[in-house]
Amino acid sequence: MSVRRLHAEQPDSFAFTDENVSWAEGQIAKFPQGRQASAIIPLLWQAQKQAGWLPEPAIRYVADMLDMPHIRAMEVATFYTMFNLSPVGEHFVQLCGTTPCWLRGADDLKSVCRKVIGEQGDITEDGKLSWLEVECLGACVNAPMVQINDDFYEDLTAENFEQLLDDLRNGKPVATGPQNSRHGSEPEGGLTVLKGDK
Amino acid sequence: MLRDEDRIFKNIYGLDGADLTAAKARGDWDGTGELIKKGRDWVIDEVKASGLRGRGGAGFPTGLKWSFMPKENDGRPHYLVINADESEPGTCKDRDILRHEPHKLLEGCLLAGFAMGAHACYIYVRGEFIREREAVQRAVDEAYAAGLLGKNAAGSGWDYDIYVHHGAGAYICGEETALIESLEGKKGQPRLKPPFPANMGLYGCPTTVNNVESIAVAPTICRRGGGWFSGLGRDGNTGTKLFCISGHVNNPCNVEEEMGIPLKELIEKHAGGVRGGWDNLLAVIPGGSSVPLLPKEICDTVLMDFDSLKEVQSGLGTAAVIVMDKSTDIIKAIARISHFYKHESCGQCTPCREGTGWMWRVLERMAAGEAQVKEIDMLLQVTKQIEGHTICALGDAAAWPVQGLIRHFRPLIEARLTQGPSHQEAAE
Repeated sequence: MSVRRLHAEQPDSFAFTDENVSWAEGQIAKFPQGRQASAIIPLLWQAQKQAGWLPEPAIRYVADMLDMPHIRAMEVATFYTMFNLSPVGEHFVQLCGTTPCWLRGADDLKSVCRKVIGEQGDITEDGKLSWLEVECLGACVNAPMVQINDDFYEDLTAENFEQLLDDLRNGKPVATGPQNSRHGSEPEGGLTVLKGDK
Repeated sequence: MLRDEDRIFKNIYGLDGADLTAAKARGDWDGTGELIKKGRDWVIDEVKASGLRGRGGAGFPTGLKWSFMPKENDGRPHYLVINADESEPGTCKDRDILRHEPHKLLEGCLLAGFAMGAHACYIYVRGEFIREREAVQRAVDEAYAAGLLGKNAAGSGWDYDIYVHHGAGAYICGEETALIESLEGKKGQPRLKPPFPANMGLYGCPTTVNNVESIAVAPTICRRGGGWFSGLGRDGNTGTKLFCISGHVNNPCNVEEEMGIPLKELIEKHAGGVRGGWDNLLAVIPGGSSVPLLPKEICDTVLMDFDSLKEVQSGLGTAAVIVMDKSTDIIKAIARISHFYKHESCGQCTPCREGTGWMWRVLERMAAGEAQVKEIDMLLQVTKQIEGHTICALGDAAAWPVQGLIRHFRPLIEARLTQGPSHQEAAE
């Protein structure tokens, strides 16, 4: 279990934008009548997208919207580790440190994070970057890898990772996915199967 | 080696399009309505005849699982839930199906849902797979627009809806009852069984939870026949399987191969061999982080299927092959896996909540050479106290890698502990 607490400083209030309200209604409609609580994860996620992190008033707002006791929403927000209960950088680096990535150099990537950003949870002064070591992100044959906001960046080395962070910080365009010659999960240097017709 | 024409996932690498037109050109959604018109029992019998065993790790026969759903509808709706919460360390196969072959999954959802009397299906995608979830949603939208889902789906006369949902970073939600809890809007804490989901699942209604790969192979099985699938692999371990080969190999990759392929052949043919050659191999975790590792002697000859790996006290799990060469600090590698389970324990059962952290701390000290030799047996004893004493299998999954380490590398641990820093200080 990971111990997760609310941030010490919280905004006074939170409300969805009109656009997010109608988006949320669409999510709730996926579930049978009376089962609107099922939509809590997508709604909290959307609140986090809107606010940049998940403040406590947003958790209460979503609970009210779903007609749930506040404590139930609080349980969900603290249980699931993708909810950032305190602020993160504009580019939030989730670095996979689990064994398959560790075997292929995740520690080198951690050193880059320490050098460029600081310790876990620190946000750079310009507000651009922060990082966290997370558990397996499910791209093990493209290890080592990180997730930055919505995208995976795979087949990293200390060098191309540092460059990537630098480019993101400076607002330069970056390529998502594998950072070497690979397209997906195929072996580098040539297919061993499915070489002929598709 | 498996012939390309017998590979189910022809676009697993995403070199071709994932859209409906490209999927249809690969044979997806071909005569789905006609297959459904053959009836529920026909679909289930075909999957039973194929010998397909669940691809999510446990290897339970898929057709049998479907047949557990009530035959008659008692007024409660039936649900099919797809477990796309792929998070087992080493495993990244479902991700490729979601982003590159989503129509195989959707067609499978329709066939499987029909076979169990369900009109609604939820696909629960792990939270981190944001792009993959978008890819599935795109495919769902395309399928609705083409009349393949919704009322009279694919001209079958069966109404069918698919909803894409997601988690938010909890490994435990890959456990079927935790997934159901999460889908109901709660913390993902597993339920006691019985009642089993087939009787009381989502919202208290009959529910079947299946892995992405198990469902995505179903349309091809129905089209080509259960006999075709069962003709591949060996008895009780039939068909093809997506393998994920990660770690110390020259070319890590995913590949679809025949069940029962020798581990050595799998690594050498597809992943470019072990870094530094086969003799540089130390150990392999053959089925995702939950299964015990195998030392090189066993890797030399073992076959990759459920029963062969069980015979050597390991398991096929999700078929995620994690390769470690001789440069690996194996104690640290397993300690990192223990950290994973400590992080992912839901906290419900005491043996798991307390035991996972306990095992991790001892292993970290062992890796640093700072434990005592007698603690090896103490650690082994603790793994036995966790195993089988928790509501779900996460406790077992946390215990097995540690047991595997002690089973095969005890002399190495002992050597480290007798030569480690704490011991040296005591000697001085």
